[in-house]
Amino acid sequence: MSVAVDRDASFLQAIRHVADEVAAPNADEVDRQARFPSETLAALRAEQALSAFIPTELGGGGVSFQALAEACTHLGRRCGASAMVFAMHQIQIVTIVRHLENASWFEAYLRDVVDEQRLVASVTSEVGTGGDMGRSVAAVDAASDGTCRFEKQAPTVSYGEHADDLLTTLRRAPDAEPGDQVLALTRSEQTTLEPAGTWDPLGMRGTCSPGFVVQAEFMPEQILPTPFPRVSVESMVPVSHILWSHLWLGIASDAFERARAFVRAAAKRSPGQPPASAQRLSHLMSELSLLRAEVASALHEFVEASHEPSRERLSTMAAILRFNNLKIAASEQAPRVCQSAMGVCGIMGFKNDTPFSVGRHLRDTMSASLMVANERIHQTNASLLLIAKEV
Amino acid sequence: MNDEIRNVLREHARLPVDALTLDATADLYQAGMTSHASVNVMLALEDHFDIEFPDSMLTRGVFESISSIAAALKELQVRAAA
Repeated sequence: MSVAVDRDASFLQAIRHVADEVAAPNADEVDRQARFPSETLAALRAEQALSAFIPTELGGGGVSFQALAEACTHLGRRCGASAMVFAMHQIQIVTIVRHLENASWFEAYLRDVVDEQRLVASVTSEVGTGGDMGRSVAAVDAASDGTCRFEKQAPTVSYGEHADDLLTTLRRAPDAEPGDQVLALTRSEQTTLEPAGTWDPLGMRGTCSPGFVVQAEFMPEQILPTPFPRVSVESMVPVSHILWSHLWLGIASDAFERARAFVRAAAKRSPGQPPASAQRLSHLMSELSLLRAEVASALHEFVEASHEPSRERLSTMAAILRFNNLKIAASEQAPRVCQSAMGVCGIMGFKNDTPFSVGRHLRDTMSASLMVANERIHQTNASLLLIAKEV
Repeated sequence: MNDEIRNVLREHARLPVDALTLDATADLYQAGMTSHASVNVMLALEDHFDIEFPDSMLTRGVFESISSIAAALKELQVRAAA
């Protein structure tokens, strides 16, 4: 137990160092130029952070899921885009680790991630599915020589050009139904990405996520043994919502810290007289604590349910609703906190070049309700609410 | 019971195949039942058999095939009789 605690502590210390010393000083340039946070990724690789969650038996860092979530918050405080790249990569790794089922190809692959610190991106969204991750158009096409191939039109692939490998949702076969999906992991040398579209968004600019036409040739053992629908409810969806909300919490926490620094500076200028902004800061703190509580309780519930021998509880409708609500609540609350922080800092917060600037924070968190659109999640919840009993 | 379940599926699962010809162990999701359609199937089963699925049974696995649905219904009937 204490070994595990030490592992978590030294991992988080390394992450804090990368966040403060590398991600923070580059964050504004990454944002302004909409460029990939390469320095942060290099530093994370140097710390073996890309394989932190991989079990020690496979050579990885063996840190806990809680530590991973906390790492997302630390990075989010300093650079939203770096945190999102880190989180997206970890979502893929956690998914593979949780559904390994002794698949030897995937075990060998995870060892390569440890040795080479390979960065994994996901290709889940697809043109023609209306944003529904539970359906695919592209299919695994098995040739007579045993190799497989696919072509997928992806409207966005986060850091697609910078990823080593891709985890892609596909229909099981050309004649499979849209919801009969599997996950395939293809390595860069097996994959071609043809850019389809540009990347000049409002926020999360450093994630470099334009659209691509993805083509790959691979072997059947590169398909994860567990079918995607199960992977999705037991791992990919709750893990995504938890890691994302942790990094949104990180961004919102830094916006709060900047607002607090602004108020303290004002208070020092006029001793004995509390600045008008102090009371707004108090309002802001209660907004932030709501976000923090929702994020923390969801993590706790997920970890509890994951410790059960079968992960049956995670596939109940109550659990699906719970982690969908986390996504909706956190994605709406985080930009609210950032906007309130701007209200505290006033023009100093609105300007992009002051110690109290929170424009990037606001813009980055505005992406939260769009990445997997909240309205689509509400649509799912609405139908689950018809049948779920205790919610 | 399996035929009653097949009738409910035919009405509500919106499968591209005829539910009456489905094997009891066939995977309904692979046969094309969407998550949304599965909710309608659950509601229709509750109505038809006059039962309520508790939350612990509202999982993908329980509604995966005609035989898994039948097993859940039987368990609920045993519980009701006890």
